[in-house]
Amino acid sequence: MDMKANKKKLGLKEKYAHMTRGLDWQTTYQPMDKVFPQATFEGIKIHDWEKWEDPFRLTMDAYWKYQAEKERKLYAVLDAFAQNNGHLGITDARYLNAVKLFLTGISPLEYVAHRGFAAAGRNFPGVGPRVACLMQSIDEIRHAQTQIHALSNYNKFYEGFHAGAAHQIERIWYLSVPKSFFDDAFSAGPFEWMIAIGFSFEYVLTNLLFVPFMSGAAYNGDMATVTFGFSAQSDEARHMTLGLECIKFMLEQDPDNLPIVQKWIDKWAWRGIRVLTLVGMMMDYMLPKRVMSWKEAWEIYFEQNGGALFNDLAKYGIKVPDCITQCTVDKEHISHQAWCTFYQYAHASAFHTWLPNAEEMDWLSAKYPNTFDKYYRPRYEQWREMADKGERFYNNTLPMLCQVCQIPMVFTEPDDPSKICYRESDYQGEKYHTCSDGCKHIFDDEPEKYIQAWLPVHQIYQGNCWPEGTDPTAEGFDPMAKVLEWYHIENGKDNLDYEGSGDQANFAAWRGAATQNT
Amino acid sequence: MAVKALSEYNFPAADTQDKFHGNQLLYVGWDDHLMFCAPFAYCIPPSTKFSELVEKHLPHSFGPHPEWAKVDVSKIVWLKSGQPFQPDMNKTLAEQGLEHKTALRMQTPGLNGNGTYF
Amino acid sequence: MSTVFIAFQTNEDTRPIVESILADNPHAVLDEQPAMVKINAEGQLVIKRESIEERIGRNFDLQELQINLITLSGNIDEDDDQFTLAWKN
Repeated sequence: MDMKANKKKLGLKEKYAHMTRGLDWQTTYQPMDKVFPQATFEGIKIHDWEKWEDPFRLTMDAYWKYQAEKERKLYAVLDAFAQNNGHLGITDARYLNAVKLFLTGISPLEYVAHRGFAAAGRNFPGVGPRVACLMQSIDEIRHAQTQIHALSNYNKFYEGFHAGAAHQIERIWYLSVPKSFFDDAFSAGPFEWMIAIGFSFEYVLTNLLFVPFMSGAAYNGDMATVTFGFSAQSDEARHMTLGLECIKFMLEQDPDNLPIVQKWIDKWAWRGIRVLTLVGMMMDYMLPKRVMSWKEAWEIYFEQNGGALFNDLAKYGIKVPDCITQCTVDKEHISHQAWCTFYQYAHASAFHTWLPNAEEMDWLSAKYPNTFDKYYRPRYEQWREMADKGERFYNNTLPMLCQVCQIPMVFTEPDDPSKICYRESDYQGEKYHTCSDGCKHIFDDEPEKYIQAWLPVHQIYQGNCWPEGTDPTAEGFDPMAKVLEWYHIENGKDNLDYEGSGDQANFAAWRGAATQNT
Repeated sequence: MAVKALSEYNFPAADTQDKFHGNQLLYVGWDDHLMFCAPFAYCIPPSTKFSELVEKHLPHSFGPHPEWAKVDVSKIVWLKSGQPFQPDMNKTLAEQGLEHKTALRMQTPGLNGNGTYF
Repeated sequence: MSTVFIAFQTNEDTRPIVESILADNPHAVLDEQPAMVKINAEGQLVIKRESIEERIGRNFDLQELQINLITLSGNIDEDDDQFTLAWKN
């Protein structure tokens, strides 16, 4: 028998109201401030949590439905990729070094983001943000898992994937950069976390990470990465919206919140931009086929889009972060400075490097007319000359690091690209060095926090980066060999030049086998 | 300004000198020579003579640069924390106030990779 | 005025969506990139459920946009009939 449904389905707004409100309760045998101890100590004042609204109005039932569909699509592609030797479809195995950097440097952050949003959801007394944080927390662990699944296909064939996403993030010198960024955010309170990750990272910077990276992966034939990337990115639009909603909510709730929020925006924009140095290098140097330069991506996604965002936030009194002047200078330098760093420390890195060839250098000259020929081309030409003489340059001494961003002190003075930028602070009788005014400012604001930094170079010198049971007094002890062992970098396989690597030889042989019968 | 925290926030610094097994940290950079992407971090005893620093440690690190052979050590202009510094070759680091985590910069006027800062 | 944008994966699900957006927003500009289609527009961009339904010949829930969405910029206002992105300045 037919049941005729006369009642109209709930509209989006009604449904959202029913499924995100009235789900919580006032406690009776414990005071609310004991149940939510982190809600007030940062100084952010919230008067009415009910004012929170998710613009997407996504409810849990719709969330599961759409996420399930995304997963089905993703795993269908991953199966096809594995079944059809998808790894041979990439432009060049050299490209995979960007993917190695992604797996070891970015995927672990997805997992920390999962934990961080779970914690933020637990600590906010308002039910609206709790639901949104819950969804984002589940999204983030999905991202970590799908990235590891997708890239495990490459681990069957190529070097440098074997340590996966979990081991090296705790140890390798350059991975301490993204790790310390998230540790810094996670060890703050829930509101600062939301500005750090929800707003600055997800809204202002995520486009610079994912959009050019994934478009670059597509351009280089990497179906696995494109697919997990876009599947993850489809969640990012919601995360960005959460970040923006959160900042507007804080600013609308109380005028006293403005200076706190502004301070966090200034800090986290700079922290995030420093981390993205690695992405700039990937875009300009690691993609055999390039989509756009780092500078172009910066102009589209930070200057234009970020500009529109800050125009919109101006009505609350929010100003563009101070670091913008420095960034405008840096956009023409940082990708080159980073690649030069990895080239000379390639013996201590879990991926391969190379010198840009003549055609690539011409591309870089065209994209960076103000800087490349003047400062960077001469360096590469000199290194090429040295390599041709059999004296490939490997830096044999550990570098000085910035106390805040933890990047080696490779950045130059804002007004002089020929001089390294040194900044110094004293705190409780000890010297602390930073790479820029931005990092120095962050240090000076909270020195108690940054004096605890786990700086890889200092940790190596303290003797903390060798496998358990290592005896540094033993005859023939080679500290760097032991550090690589502790890093799980297989010396001679995972590191050094791409030219002459196992990846290069295998890719050529397998691709040959795929197109011929002999 | 202090860290805002739920309870007292007071944790030890990670890199105090006592953690380096009798050594100290000393950073040295060579201005206008960006082949070395960053200044170097050395972990050496405070009793190291300055002459040992410039005759042994620095050549090991900077030696691969084609201009290092042209450097006249006696003419290097030194900066300590950005200020002019006149080292005494016969004194140790400790004896001339080069304490833990001091940053030194070397300037070698006339040498700058033929204007490319290589 | 500031630019808003929305980007989708390039596939058969998004082709009619992109067509609808371009038809309903004459000021919008199409930017095709590898595996991705981005639509930029000055000030605001409106996505209408009815326009998409006309093209695909079935009911469409605007939340289905989430499946193929890559990124967007602007303040969102969404209800059952339309999805708007705007910078109000």
